[in-house]
Amino acid sequence: MARVVVDVMLKPEILDPQGQAVANALPRLGVAEVASVRIGKRVEIEFAGAGEPDLSVARQIADKLLANPVIEDYTVRVEP
Amino acid sequence: MTSRIGVVTFPGSLDDGDAIRAARLAGAEAVPLWHAEPKLNHVDAVVLPGGFSYGDYLRGGAIARFAPVMELIVMAARDGMPVLGICNGFQILCEAHLLPGALMRNQHLHFRAQDQLLRMESTDTAWTNTYTEGQEILIPVKHGEGRYVADERTLDELEAEGRVVARYLSGNPNGALRDIAAIRNEAGTVVGMMPHPEHAVEELIGPSTDGLGFFTSLLKYLTGVP
Repeated sequence: MARVVVDVMLKPEILDPQGQAVANALPRLGVAEVASVRIGKRVEIEFAGAGEPDLSVARQIADKLLANPVIEDYTVRVEP
Repeated sequence: MTSRIGVVTFPGSLDDGDAIRAARLAGAEAVPLWHAEPKLNHVDAVVLPGGFSYGDYLRGGAIARFAPVMELIVMAARDGMPVLGICNGFQILCEAHLLPGALMRNQHLHFRAQDQLLRMESTDTAWTNTYTEGQEILIPVKHGEGRYVADERTLDELEAEGRVVARYLSGNPNGALRDIAAIRNEAGTVVGMMPHPEHAVEELIGPSTDGLGFFTSLLKYLTGVP
């Protein structure tokens, strides 16, 4: 089975209140040295069949559905 | 001939019933549309109602955009059919690229359900022509992902072209950029809004009847009769 990993992250200029909430909770863990936290999504796609997966199909999935290019960037890679 | 307003039900839609009631109260024939059926049943306009279509499983509106009925709605909207997206419907319109920008998690991360004061700004649309510019209206908001965002260039364009339909007054419930509550497409036929006009159409259960104007505006637009 060929696995493609898509990482979806908010664009740098987009505010991430979820990440901020996590960062604000870190002092409660006794962690003081974190400047910021940003939260994204990792999506693992298993392609049927053997051999190299078609990255262009994976990119299409990422671009049309997994990420909203207005607010998010994504990277697509084959995981060995 | 009675104007026919289609109201789409997706799995997870919540406000389709209220949208149908509002359309009828305004004097239209309400036509239920089903997400999985690629049929528009000769409707003159469509309302995409609030709720959590497909459970918001990925992002609000992201999966609903690919529903069989949506393909027809997107094509018809590009040809000038009026479409009003309310709350989740606004998210779907943005995901379908009928409107620019996106709706994101509320800045404070809390769900907000409250009556909200708005200022009407663009009143030459198919859905807002019975309001006056600058009119203040009170209708409910109820959402967890209503923070309108777009890049600065898009925001400047929306402002310059008078495409901000309504702004939040007396407090911004979600951190939306430039207090934007509703926008429209260039033609003024497609409007997306986070607040819920369909919940403010009857004295008994709404904070006002200020929302009815969105539906009577459409009838005026379709029939040319005030």
